[in-house]
Amino acid sequence: MSYSPHLSYLSHVIVMLILCVSAQAQNKSSCIECHIKLEDTRLSAPAKLFDNDIHKSRGLSCNDCHGGDPNATTKESAKDPGKGYLGKPKTLDIPAYCGKCHSDANLMKRFNPSLRVDQEREYYTSVHGKLLKEKNEARVATCISCHSVHGIRAPNDPLSSVYPTNVAETCSKCHASSDYMKPFGIPSDQFANYKTSVHAKALYEKQDLSAPTCNDCHGNHGATPPGIPSVANVCGQCHARQAELFQTSPHKAAFDQKQFGECITCHSNHAITKPSDEMIGTQQGALCINCHSSGDKGFAAAGMMRSRIDELIAGIDRSTAILDQAERKGMEVSKPKFDLKGATDALTHARVLIHSSSTAEVDKVVGPGLEVAGKGYQAGLAALGEWRFRRKGLAVSLFFILFLAALVYLKIRQIESRQAARQQM
Amino acid sequence: MKIDPLKNWLDERLSLSAIFAMAEKKEVPLHSQSIWYYFGGMTLFLFSVQVVTGILLLLYYRPSAENAFESVQFIITEVKFGWLIRSIHSWSANLMIATLFIHMFSVFFLRAYYPPREITWVSGAVLLFIVICFGFSGYLLPWNKLAFFATKVGTEIAGVVPIVGRPVLRFLRGGDDVTGATLTRFFGFHVAVLPATATVFIFIHVLLVQMHGMHVPHKYEKTYQRMKFFPNFILRDLIGWILAIGVLAALAALFPWELGEKADPFAPAPAGIKPEWYFLFMFQTLKWLPAKILGMDGEVLGIMAFNLIALLLFVVPFIDRSPENRRRRIIFNTCGVFALLYIVVMTIVGYLT
Repeated sequence: MSYSPHLSYLSHVIVMLILCVSAQAQNKSSCIECHIKLEDTRLSAPAKLFDNDIHKSRGLSCNDCHGGDPNATTKESAKDPGKGYLGKPKTLDIPAYCGKCHSDANLMKRFNPSLRVDQEREYYTSVHGKLLKEKNEARVATCISCHSVHGIRAPNDPLSSVYPTNVAETCSKCHASSDYMKPFGIPSDQFANYKTSVHAKALYEKQDLSAPTCNDCHGNHGATPPGIPSVANVCGQCHARQAELFQTSPHKAAFDQKQFGECITCHSNHAITKPSDEMIGTQQGALCINCHSSGDKGFAAAGMMRSRIDELIAGIDRSTAILDQAERKGMEVSKPKFDLKGATDALTHARVLIHSSSTAEVDKVVGPGLEVAGKGYQAGLAALGEWRFRRKGLAVSLFFILFLAALVYLKIRQIESRQAARQQM
Repeated sequence: MKIDPLKNWLDERLSLSAIFAMAEKKEVPLHSQSIWYYFGGMTLFLFSVQVVTGILLLLYYRPSAENAFESVQFIITEVKFGWLIRSIHSWSANLMIATLFIHMFSVFFLRAYYPPREITWVSGAVLLFIVICFGFSGYLLPWNKLAFFATKVGTEIAGVVPIVGRPVLRFLRGGDDVTGATLTRFFGFHVAVLPATATVFIFIHVLLVQMHGMHVPHKYEKTYQRMKFFPNFILRDLIGWILAIGVLAALAALFPWELGEKADPFAPAPAGIKPEWYFLFMFQTLKWLPAKILGMDGEVLGIMAFNLIALLLFVVPFIDRSPENRRRRIIFNTCGVFALLYIVVMTIVGYLT
């Protein structure tokens, strides 16, 4: 086939003309013009909301989803099925409706080449999608349940219903309603529990957008409960070291055998609180004694790990206290204070190593940590000793200084009395 | 006696007997305001302390952004009595500025600048600015957070002066921002340029004081008595210097000068940042000035006003030349009292707010 540059040029001109006409038409959409004036808010709201919709900002209009003729001057002509008018889609059809464009890689490249195009496919792997497709269940979430409709914003827009700080709220619209969840036989306390979690505190109080919300563990378009075999993988996405240690620990086989969810058995799922040292050990309230009892190997290991961690905490506290005391007295202890961070790091590491359930592993970092804490304490003692030495030195120096000043004063008196005597002679 | 041949040998070469004869003749006026005569000597003594402790600090100090903080930290934690030397250097610097201000105001109110002592006053005013520059440049040398931002603000203030401001700022900083280049530069000013200049002006100042003798205020001209400079006055000076060493030792031991945190150019400025106390009254004034005064930038006007006052300081002895002009004397006294009160009040306000 021969290639004609003239033909190519002509095709570009035609495309430009079409785009111009389309843009003009879009500017004067009869859909918006009519709907915005309607008194029924159900019909006027879409026209108002569309002003902030990401699709509008990308140059799309009502007819791009709903079909019809936005240039028509009458309702009948605008909604003429002959002109491709589709109207409002049924719930069952929504994923495919959005997927017309969002599953089309070639089309999506025009708007956002990095945007994934597997949302529809993924949706049908979710509990929502399966119920919709296999059981024609219209009460499940579809695209518009989470992303809203007509006022759809980009996920990185803080006002978007799927922005990280809004996701849990969005999911809770259905999942926190016991009435709505009743037919599906699932609990409705997840959102309330999540709000008490360390993850929610990080997300809402610290505004740490990397903190997990619903979709980070359950997936978004393919949302599903992870299930016991997958929980550790889900948590391990962020807590990789803990997950790795757990896999090599004796707990792994025991948990598998007893069908325990790995991380959630100790940390729970939605209401994950900040881990504390009280969780480990053999005392009342420790989690280890839920399974282990006095005399078994795990019970002894739990007690030993806890006592080693307590020992390191006490060492750090003692060193910090004496260094703070020296600092308050004006001594320069910033270097030993900085070095003491090595012991704090060891403590953090030891708390992670608990997941190996090995006293020997915990000992490997607690030992050096205690050594660092000990050096900090010695530095504090030395600083306080130096402080006492300075005070004593000052007292001795001031004695000699004042003595010297007194001597000079006496010398002046002696000289002046001689001078006075000489003048009188 | 064995000492005589050596004494004679030195006398032939250095005319020591002439110097001793002059010292023996030299007298200091004695009246109710004689106490103020000691502050010049005290300032000079504290300057000597600065020279000695400064040289000792130089043995360990390393003037670079990478090493300055660590080297000062090393001095105060590892070097034997390094903490004492560093604290005395810092405290003595502040006491020296205080005694210098007292000396300047006493000379002003006692009218010690009357002819023929105009050049003594001018050389003293130059020394005041040199000492302030010593303070400003030395403050940055430990390269800690407060010093870094104080230098940033201080040089920025110099930068707003019309026409010359920007080149001065670039010259002081060694670039557009406060960096290691600024530290090296300030170190150069602090240990070479300023000491050399100060030595010249101290020599001129002291020489002129010796030439003209101590000024006697008009009020005491007919009633004052005399005290021998050597040994009566110098021994009294010595008591003051010995006590000053005691005060410095006590301050260094009881309130060791803090090192703070190492400067981090990428960290935000700490809240409530303030300059050294002797800049506080100017800083507070600039803070209180409105953004615009008669359509002009308030800060620029404030800085220009301070520059003008500094210039006026130099011409004081050329305007007020005689005790006969009573009206002028009242105006000068009022200005002096106002300046003193202004400095004290604004410093206190700056410290408290």
